[in-house]
Amino acid sequence: MSIAANVPQAVVRRRRVVNAIACSALGLAVVIALIPLAAVLAYTINKGADRISWQFLYHSMFGVGPLDPHGGAYHAILGTLEQVGLASLMAVPLGLLVAIYIVEYGQGRLRNAVRFLIDVMTGIPSIVAGLFIFSFWVIGLNQGFSGFAAALSLAVLMLPVVVRSAEEMLKLVPNDLREASYALGVPRWRTITSVVLPTAASGITTGVMLAVARVTGETAPLLLTAFGFDAIRRSPFEGPQSGLPLYVFAQAGSAFDVAVQRAWAGALTLIVLVLALTVIARLVAARTKAT
Amino acid sequence: MLVLIVAIAAFLIVRAVPAFREAGLGFFTENDWFPDAVPAQFGIAALAFGTVLSSVLALILAVPVALGSALFLTELAPPRIGRWTGYLLDLLAAVPSVVYGLWGVYFLVPKLTGVSRFLDDNLGFIPLFDSRSNTYGRSVFAASVVLAIMILPIIAAIAREVFRQVPRADREAALAIGATRWETIRLAVLPYSRSGIVGAVMLGLGRALGETIAVALVLAASFKIDFHIFEPGGNTIAANIATKFGEAGVQGRQALIASGLVLFAITLVVNVVARSVVYRSGIAAEGKP
Amino acid sequence: MKRIEATDVSAWFGAHKAIEGISLMFEPKQVTALIGPSGCGKSTFIRTLNRMHEVVPGARFQGSVALDGEDVYGPGVSAADVRRSIGMVFQRPNPFPTMSIRDNVAAGLKLNGMRKKGEIDETVEWALRHTGLWDEVKNRLDRPGAGLSGGQQQRLCIARAIAVQPEVLLMDEPCSALDPVSTLKIEDLITDLKDEYTIVIVTHNMQQAARVSDTTAFFNISEAGQPGRLVESGPTSKIFTKPDDERTEAYITGRFG
Repeated sequence: MSIAANVPQAVVRRRRVVNAIACSALGLAVVIALIPLAAVLAYTINKGADRISWQFLYHSMFGVGPLDPHGGAYHAILGTLEQVGLASLMAVPLGLLVAIYIVEYGQGRLRNAVRFLIDVMTGIPSIVAGLFIFSFWVIGLNQGFSGFAAALSLAVLMLPVVVRSAEEMLKLVPNDLREASYALGVPRWRTITSVVLPTAASGITTGVMLAVARVTGETAPLLLTAFGFDAIRRSPFEGPQSGLPLYVFAQAGSAFDVAVQRAWAGALTLIVLVLALTVIARLVAARTKAT
Repeated sequence: MLVLIVAIAAFLIVRAVPAFREAGLGFFTENDWFPDAVPAQFGIAALAFGTVLSSVLALILAVPVALGSALFLTELAPPRIGRWTGYLLDLLAAVPSVVYGLWGVYFLVPKLTGVSRFLDDNLGFIPLFDSRSNTYGRSVFAASVVLAIMILPIIAAIAREVFRQVPRADREAALAIGATRWETIRLAVLPYSRSGIVGAVMLGLGRALGETIAVALVLAASFKIDFHIFEPGGNTIAANIATKFGEAGVQGRQALIASGLVLFAITLVVNVVARSVVYRSGIAAEGKP
Repeated sequence: MKRIEATDVSAWFGAHKAIEGISLMFEPKQVTALIGPSGCGKSTFIRTLNRMHEVVPGARFQGSVALDGEDVYGPGVSAADVRRSIGMVFQRPNPFPTMSIRDNVAAGLKLNGMRKKGEIDETVEWALRHTGLWDEVKNRLDRPGAGLSGGQQQRLCIARAIAVQPEVLLMDEPCSALDPVSTLKIEDLITDLKDEYTIVIVTHNMQQAARVSDTTAFFNISEAGQPGRLVESGPTSKIFTKPDDERTEAYITGRFG
């Protein structure tokens, strides 16, 4: 093979071997990374599938003793739906406004400061968010444990994520569109609502859905704000409430098998919920990128 | 939003002050946790140690795999496969921590017992790997593995973005002097991405430091400073808050808040440094928590 | 120094056929210029010569390219080896941004296992002298390569390319991002280098082709969406004074392109 003539064959061969080994190692890394995903899903489905039933989804833990095999997660599911719903209602509009400020109106130091703070907020551990609402709302304002308190802590966690993804989507809207609108004499706020936002809408929806998916699975803040409750608490404003992740955690920590089984069923429900939200959000994003 | 951060700090500080006053400087040196006892004796020494140890171990386990997969997906895989596998990898981040914890205790811990025993038997002369009681199970090692799995997708996702930013010209320059695929990565991709990678790793660290529930479930709680990672027992600040909160009295809660304040400060510093490193490398950081 | 022969070369980007049926011979100790209007496939063609074309996802190749008779696309021939023998300089100078001047030139040497510092420094000096850069940079070899001017960076890239002792040097519009003074310096360099390498240069600048090359090949595209084809090739003096094909004449005289 005279193409590589002036380099010794040994060197050429070594480089080829090193390349092969290195690239295989990289491929191996991907396989290693994906194994846990498969393992977690498979195991959870395996353990939880038996215990899941309409019974489980439709009953609470009211009156269920430590050794009783029945009982379900209805109160927890309801709690999570209410808490996440309230959190979204608070975080999404506020987050959108902040993102709009950053992209459309903000300037200079204030804008950079806001962006930096939002970035920092994305790193707040969820338990710290829970602690904050606990000391501020539950104790400080003496409101006590409630689903709403949980919603507040979830909103703290959702806000930076919503702002970040909305900001990215708004930045993607080409400036030409805005300028065309201004040229027609449309005021800035109106341009934002009728030109910029609709263009960025599907991307923002994806971002919001991903944020919702993330907080749905959060346990730590709920521990400190909703505190947990065995019976169905319909109103999120009136006292301790349960939530699905909290339910799983509480059942998992018990020494009794009947509880652990419930934990697995709850975990399966939770993971199905969260993954469904995530996958749908990604599919929506992929579809819009394709157009 | 600025108000929010300041408020968080303010309220935590207010609530924490009584606890600090109670414990004095011992807060940072004391291992045990009996804040409601009389006389109260508590401190975060063991907790902080456990937090740092488990996070560092998790990083050691996660970073090579995360960077390796990111490189494979951006440099070696055909574009469509790379993108969809990337989405799959991102799904790892969507799994709730409580599910990881549950899976960690029931599936992973028994499996890791075998690994721990093997390493103890063969490499036990290294103190790190020695389990003096010859029991394994819900150890710092197990918790670190679960943490590693949880932070892997974050590091990988940011790393992928960083690698994608490497200009085509740099890659072509390497290829044009006859570099193999791997040599191109070494010559053009990695040097360019240095600061971005550092940022990604630090963000992973921040996440590991703050992880609560998975650790609370997997790690059998104990308050000691111990490098023997295969022995059961250990604790982190976050996990301690989760497990002790329910039964804590007034002082107990104040103590927990105080520990949370310390955790907040640590993660704040790590995240601020990480974000500025990633920014300086010119990459817009992903908003993924 | 080796001869490169392209036979019936066609190349695609996905479904789009970029060039079709190109056959050209590149003789050693000669500079061949490829000219033609924008988008007619000159760059695509030159990249098939050192297998850079296949790096783009979805790229396809058909035909043959032989280096002194050996098929460059043959089974068992690694692209990396080919590219070491057939070097390339790009339109925009691309020194490795994180490396010093010395490390840039030495990059290929280290890949090939050269270890001794003395040997490396000798080769670096040789390459830099050969490209006329030595006097300008000899006192700052450890400074970053990106800190030089555009023309100097391009000469650095040429030094880097010749440091690995290729047989052929491909240049894809090497001066189009440079100022006229640097351009002339590089043209002088090409004339100096042609005694030791087979050189193929793609250029937009007809005057440059006329100044620098011995043989010229004219590429053209019949209409938008069609693949680029070779219209005519021959000695430079002939192409520029009495071309055979009327399309060549139209391009040379500036009637289009």
